[in-house]
Amino acid sequence: MLELENLSIEVGGKQILTNINLSVESGYTNVLFGPNGAGKSALLMSIMGFSGYKITNGKIYFKGEDITDLPLNERAERGLGIMGQRPPNMVGVKLKDLLEITAEECIDLDELVEELNMSSFLERDINVGFSGGEIKRSELLQLAAQAPSFYLLDEPESGVDLVNISQIGMMINKLLHGDIKCAGRRRKEGNSGLVITHTGQILDYIEADKGYILCNGQIMCSGNPRDLLNEIKTKGYQECVTCKIRQS
Amino acid sequence: MQDQTELRRKALKALEKKAAYGDDFELKNYQVTSEHMSNYDSLEEIDDETKQTLLNVGVIPSGKERSGTLIMTDNSISHSSLSEDSVELTSTRKARDKYKWFDDYFWKLVPVDKDKYTAKSYLENADGYFIRAPANTKTSMPVQTCLMLGSKNISQTVHNIVIVEENAQLDIITGCATKKGVEKAIHLGISEMYIKKGATLNFTMIHNWSEQIDVRPRTVVHVEEGGTFINNYISLKPVKSIQTYPTVKLEGKGAFARLNTVAVAHPGSELDLGSKVLFNSPETKAELISRTITTGGKVIARGEMIGNAINSKGHLECHGLVLNDEGVQRAIPILEANVQDIELSHEAAVGKIAKEQVEYLMARGLTEEQAVGMIIRGFLDVGIKGLPPELEADINDTIKKIGESSI
Ligand SMILES: Nc1ncnc2c1ncn2[C@@H]1O[C@H](COP(=O)(O)OP(=O)(O)OP(=O)(O)O)[C@@H](O)[C@H]1O
Ligand SMILES: [Mg+2]
Repeated sequence: MLELENLSIEVGGKQILTNINLSVESGYTNVLFGPNGAGKSALLMSIMGFSGYKITNGKIYFKGEDITDLPLNERAERGLGIMGQRPPNMVGVKLKDLLEITAEECIDLDELVEELNMSSFLERDINVGFSGGEIKRSELLQLAAQAPSFYLLDEPESGVDLVNISQIGMMINKLLHGDIKCAGRRRKEGNSGLVITHTGQILDYIEADKGYILCNGQIMCSGNPRDLLNEIKTKGYQECVTCKIRQS
Repeated sequence: MQDQTELRRKALKALEKKAAYGDDFELKNYQVTSEHMSNYDSLEEIDDETKQTLLNVGVIPSGKERSGTLIMTDNSISHSSLSEDSVELTSTRKARDKYKWFDDYFWKLVPVDKDKYTAKSYLENADGYFIRAPANTKTSMPVQTCLMLGSKNISQTVHNIVIVEENAQLDIITGCATKKGVEKAIHLGISEMYIKKGATLNFTMIHNWSEQIDVRPRTVVHVEEGGTFINNYISLKPVKSIQTYPTVKLEGKGAFARLNTVAVAHPGSELDLGSKVLFNSPETKAELISRTITTGGKVIARGEMIGNAINSKGHLECHGLVLNDEGVQRAIPILEANVQDIELSHEAAVGKIAKEQVEYLMARGLTEEQAVGMIIRGFLDVGIKGLPPELEADINDTIKKIGESSI
């Protein structure tokens, strides 16, 4: 479904990601771990096509097609969608107005808004003055309305209170694994995703298939996401680096 | 009446006096008489083309949903009618004949010798609209007026007087327009507005001149205790030049003013749009908000706040988007505090549309044009209400074109 081949990325003239090889099969949800500053967000942003992230080498394939040079909206059209970690303040752009344009026909917007408790935000400018948790809910609402087939989720649970975590978690689970309302979009495999998490809390709500650890701009290892998380919890990320050195 | 001799003497002396800002014009190169008279006894007589022109500046040609309509073409009044008697609407000359007290409001705020334009307007005995809301009245619908250029090479001189008596509430929509085929012309407009104790004036002005028109309005507004002045100034269409610097004097405790300016400078346009507030009484408040875009023209956004009385508070916001390399945005905020207990602040920013904003919307599936259009629409939206749907549609269309041309 999504395939990164020897991908290298530069941000602000600085090499941030080197030779990334990663794939997410159709219907899979893969997880990306890694310490602060490892380049996780940069990777998601490059997959979506944001111009601040310059691809210096390698290719991105989505559904078999080379999308390395496609503009963002054409990637969105092909089914990619992102929930960003730090979206910009959209002064003057009301949440409602954007949703009205982007929501897929099959989507019951009112129901979504209700489910994510977002009705009081519809008339507000997107992200302007939103709290951390509110940004997450607004991003998720926009994404759900957009109904992509591939979800790029950047720390969906961070900064979200315990009550809202279950709300968000269940919504993401629904989006990824089923109960897809759009007829014709309901693939037998369900949707796919690449999820960044530090705490792994989101893994209580979704079935993750494969995990990757990203460190210093490189994929250190991959494996069962729960096993990886346990490793990280007990040994930290330093162990990854040493392990990688031992491997080579 | 000796007052008038004095004014005349001053005006004559100022006939060659250049304005402080903007290009200078030889007024004798323009004519003052119309090519043909436009007189509409009833609004139904207006031809379809003119109707569309009116609609595009927020003036509803049927007069419905308006409590009164006045149309001035070149230098004479083409139409004046009222559908509600809670407000008074007539021409400035008629009001002058009617009221003994008229001179208390005539050239009391704008100095006749400010520059050659005010002098000319005085000496031409410029007509215009006179609108008065009697004390404690509230009109349910706005009064609408239109200042139209109808003849080639005309110099239109206008003198408007607005009086909102104590505790009254009044909404005015003024459209400025040019008839098809009128190329070069100049508009000079004097406006003196009086907002008395506890009164509110909501004034919206929509410009739709054309490529070769020069515009020099001179406006002063006087707000008494507890009075409110809301001003919306919209100019999204091509014009050769506008130079204006309306001044609001907050002259009573708690008086409030908000001035919103929304403008687009097309290639070849020069928009020198200022606004100035004098905080002359304690606890007065004001907000000056300017949102301008250049697609190739020049914008000078001046904002000035002079704090002369304690516990006053003012905020000035000047945001300018540059959508074309030929365009120029110059923001000139001025804050002056002459007393200690006062809070004046400003926020100014000029530059291009933030790429991350455009891309954020594109990641949701919008095309670049759609994304830019949406951001521009939001940028220009300062929450102006009561515009006819035809004008809203025209504004949306203009914004769409601006968005497309900027890519
Ligand atoms: N514009 C920029 N100029 C220079 N360095 C940048 C720029 N943007 C990002 N970086 C750097 O790139 C690195 C990767 O950042 P990224 O946001 O991808 O990290 P991350 O793995 O998502 O971290 P976190 O877990 O804290 O979210 C960081 O060291 C960051 O400082
Ligand atoms: Mg990150």
